[in-house]
Amino acid sequence: MTERKKIIQVQHLKQYFSPGKPNEVRAVDDISFDIYEGETFGLVGESGSGKSTTGRSIIRLYNPTSGKILFEGQDISKIKNHSKDMLHFRRNMQMIFQDPYASLDPRMKVKDIIAEGLDVHGLVKNDQERDQRVKELLKVVGLNPDHVTRYPHEFSGGQRQRIGIARALAVDPKFIIADEPISALDVSIQAQVVNLMKDIQRKNNLTYLFIAHDLSMVKYISDRIAVMHHGQLMELGSADAVYNHPLHPYTKSLLSAVPLPDPEIERRRTRLPYDSSIENNTHDQRQLREIGDGHYVFCSEEEVDGYKEQMQK
Amino acid sequence: MSDNILEVKNLNINFKTFAGTVQAIRDVSFNLKKGETLAIVGESGSGKSVTTRSIMGLLASNAVIEHGEILFKGQDLLKESAKEMDHHRGNDLSMIFQDPMTSLDPTMTIGKQVAEPLRIHGKISKEKALKRAQEVLELVGIPNAKNRMKDFPHQFSGGQRQRIVIAIAIVNYPEILIADEPTTALDVTVQAQIIDLMRELQEKLETSIIFITHDLGVVAGIADRVAVMYAGKIIEVGTVDEIFYQPKHPYTWGLLSSMPTLDTKGAKLSSIPGTPPDLLDPPKGDAFAPRNPYAMQIDLEAQPPFFKVSDTHYAATWLLHPDAPKVQPPAPIVKRAQEYAHLMQTGAVDTPSEGSQN
Ligand SMILES: Nc1ncnc2c1ncn2[C@@H]1O[C@H](COP(=O)(O)OP(=O)(O)OP(=O)(O)O)[C@@H](O)[C@H]1O
Ligand SMILES: Nc1ncnc2c1ncn2[C@@H]1O[C@H](COP(=O)(O)OP(=O)(O)OP(=O)(O)O)[C@@H](O)[C@H]1O
Ligand SMILES: [Mg+2]
Ligand SMILES: [Mg+2]
Repeated sequence: MTERKKIIQVQHLKQYFSPGKPNEVRAVDDISFDIYEGETFGLVGESGSGKSTTGRSIIRLYNPTSGKILFEGQDISKIKNHSKDMLHFRRNMQMIFQDPYASLDPRMKVKDIIAEGLDVHGLVKNDQERDQRVKELLKVVGLNPDHVTRYPHEFSGGQRQRIGIARALAVDPKFIIADEPISALDVSIQAQVVNLMKDIQRKNNLTYLFIAHDLSMVKYISDRIAVMHHGQLMELGSADAVYNHPLHPYTKSLLSAVPLPDPEIERRRTRLPYDSSIENNTHDQRQLREIGDGHYVFCSEEEVDGYKEQMQK
Repeated sequence: MSDNILEVKNLNINFKTFAGTVQAIRDVSFNLKKGETLAIVGESGSGKSVTTRSIMGLLASNAVIEHGEILFKGQDLLKESAKEMDHHRGNDLSMIFQDPMTSLDPTMTIGKQVAEPLRIHGKISKEKALKRAQEVLELVGIPNAKNRMKDFPHQFSGGQRQRIVIAIAIVNYPEILIADEPTTALDVTVQAQIIDLMRELQEKLETSIIFITHDLGVVAGIADRVAVMYAGKIIEVGTVDEIFYQPKHPYTWGLLSSMPTLDTKGAKLSSIPGTPPDLLDPPKGDAFAPRNPYAMQIDLEAQPPFFKVSDTHYAATWLLHPDAPKVQPPAPIVKRAQEYAHLMQTGAVDTPSEGSQN
């Protein structure tokens, strides 16, 4: 296989809050993974498992408790403020935030929110070009270009989320962290936005870290998927492997809870509970171990053979 | 009095903006029965939040209620004083808002915030209120709740904040609980827990729930009835089975067809092309017509009235007019109807409500 370019490398990342205090939270607790250029890497897992914290660490909103993050081979903690490298980093990595309300400045007009990046990075020559570009972006995300002078509170929840997407796309980044970008949208627009994100990806060779809890959508958009639980990765593999041949009991439990738009199925649904005590009953260290080609499971050395057998079936 | 705890009648709400008047809610009527769950689904911007905020008396300052009644146990909430509405909120009526961050006070610890409604409405001691707050936080699944009572909202994940908001809404056992996308920020397991929790609440206390969500899977699991909104109107309403297996409105068809399933792969998702109309200047005819592959001449000229499909099922589309040509719905919709017919033949489901019930 030809060596694929790694755009992101996360190495033994730990991110603790209030370390050592009674309210200590080990939000991310020693995770490692790579994201290849041009792929969509899906990150799923239950609420509070550390998905957003992982994304926020990658975009340098936190200083890791320990571990390293590389962007295009460069250790991001070593990028100096106000340097050329920093400008490059800021432009090429963008984030679409989970909370569209908190992430849009309520006092700014939509056109200024979207154009902020264009201004910072000097991507437009004059006001006319700026307006033109903003209107284009609004159209791209399915908003009325005539609404450029409105304020965020004059939009519905889903409309605001699309403003966040337009803002991220404005500066033509290489890598986008999309933290639940579509969960606030109605399904017909979810489909539009996902189709759109895929189109742009193909055209610009974009890479996505796609964080979500809507498993059917994550499966649809992702090439590879990692399943997170209590700050650790439980399973990592191709979207097909993780969905159609899940190995870790946590993944199985998660999949058994995906609601389907069919009342009869929902009336008869039984969910598989996850018993986390299996994580305690081994002696050697639990870590991600390769079970099949590129398919990893968080387990101890002694459990590997069991998982391999399961996969044969 | 009927068994309706809430009756919304001919509601019209406008917003004054610089660009003109936004006609956000255009003649909306619906009922809510005691102990039932009504789901409201529909296009982003179609008026789901505005409708439910008006019930709570919490509209933005530029809103004008042009017309209509909101009867809670027969009493028009639109005629209540600010003080009376204050009393309703947090006692009889409670709402979980779509945006957890703005409905939490960033400067107050979460323990205090959950205890607050108890302190305001019930006259109980601070200690008791905090104890109850902790119980409810545990109930909604905040890990280590005891030690995190003194943490602030920004110290919690998106889904955890949403659960804190839910805790505040249910701490006082409201009669009507309005949940505006309460689970969109939650993963499926917690989502399932919250839904179970709401069901439990409903069984114990006969709480009536209005549930707004984009997730049709959740709707299928939680709703007794479903109302579908488009461009400020309810365009179809029926029992959950009627809407999922025998939908009649082309917008509902589009909505149900654009869901990916766990085995959709590669191909583009089907979506409803185009954008919703500008509510500054709503069209004369059916607002969905420009995006409707089944639109007829009359759709451009006149708004369709509600046509009755069954005692519980109504849809506003000219396709139901006796003179309209018979059309073939999209393939996924036909498939749904067939699967349902099959289930019914094999006796796997109860007889539908057509003409029989209510
Ligand atoms: N304060 C306001 N001023 C002007 N227009 C408003 C205001 N609040 C809401 N609107 C408009 O009213 C319409 C209905 O908004 P609402 O928030 O009810 O939509 P929604 O159905 O809840 O959508 P979503 O699913 O995206 O949350 C939208 O077109 C919105 O832009
Ligand atoms: N600033 C902070 N201070 C203290 N604890 C925090 C902070 N931010 C997050 N946490 C905690 O870290 C854990 C992981 O949070 P994170 O936001 O990464 O979860 P998530 O997987 O994105 O969940 P969700 O699906 O609910 O958004 C949670 O227990 C949360 O309470
Ligand atoms: Mg998150
Ligand atoms: Mg809304």
